[in-house]
Amino acid sequence: MIQLTRKIEFSASHFYHNPEFSPEENRHVFGKCNNPHGHGHNYSLEVTVAGEPDPATGMVLDLKELKEILEQEVMQRMDHRHLNYEVPELAGQIPTCENIARVIWNLLEPKITQGKLHRVRLYESADLFADCYRNGAKSA
Amino acid sequence: MTSEPKIELGRRYRFAASHRLHTSRLTEDENCRVYGKCNNPFGHGHNYMVEVSVSGKVDPATGMIANLADLDNFVHREVIDPFDHRYLNEEVAAFRETVPTTENLCVEIFERLKMFPHAKLERVRIEETGKNSFEYSGNDAVGDRELLNSEGNKP
Repeated sequence: MIQLTRKIEFSASHFYHNPEFSPEENRHVFGKCNNPHGHGHNYSLEVTVAGEPDPATGMVLDLKELKEILEQEVMQRMDHRHLNYEVPELAGQIPTCENIARVIWNLLEPKITQGKLHRVRLYESADLFADCYRNGAKSA
Repeated sequence: MTSEPKIELGRRYRFAASHRLHTSRLTEDENCRVYGKCNNPFGHGHNYMVEVSVSGKVDPATGMIANLADLDNFVHREVIDPFDHRYLNEEVAAFRETVPTTENLCVEIFERLKMFPHAKLERVRIEETGKNSFEYSGNDAVGDRELLNSEGNKP
């Protein structure tokens, strides 16, 4: 089994706010991230696909194809966007690293047909990231 | 039927500390041969990077596995404050009897962090330098080892 990783970067803005919390609770739980004007990050995304190399091509999957999937599913949706307002898949969710990574996993997983999506790692900064792996709980 | 991914939160911390690799199980010559420059009796130091991964349910109200402020406070209290700018062999009790290799640091830090009350500790990964890194995931089949003291015994 070989694991292949492709990295992309995108920039986006967000803020954290739960309308069911009081203003004080929002400030207490989310701190600086509660600023309603929003703030931004340079996100770095590592997508790892696992599989056996095709004997004919020596590739687990064609990197051009992966690049195209990442462009369609991630860059066009999220790059230079406000994650609270412009990404329907995140509607009603706090756009934390955990939730964005899960949305990206769910977007990519059905699109990757050669090999299997193994891990999505989303860095919000060099010191903070979320990982998604396949072996999650099954849900209907 | 869809499969929701398992989600982990990873956070990196840094501390700088000195240590010396030396064990009373070995002779002076053997210590010198095994540990090389790291056996220098005056010690030496590193900028350590500690990567902490935790897992758990993402709370729909906050979007978080654990509040970063809680995790940061806990890691600072348990690890960064007692380790940063210290001589590990003398100033961290566990390493008075145990060689402070980065393998043993991983185990010690994992033991200190596994009591984090808001999420499950999955893994501790430490970079001693940009070229060496070590990981420990607790007492699973692969990582089932305990700290050995300088006599080769479990403390």
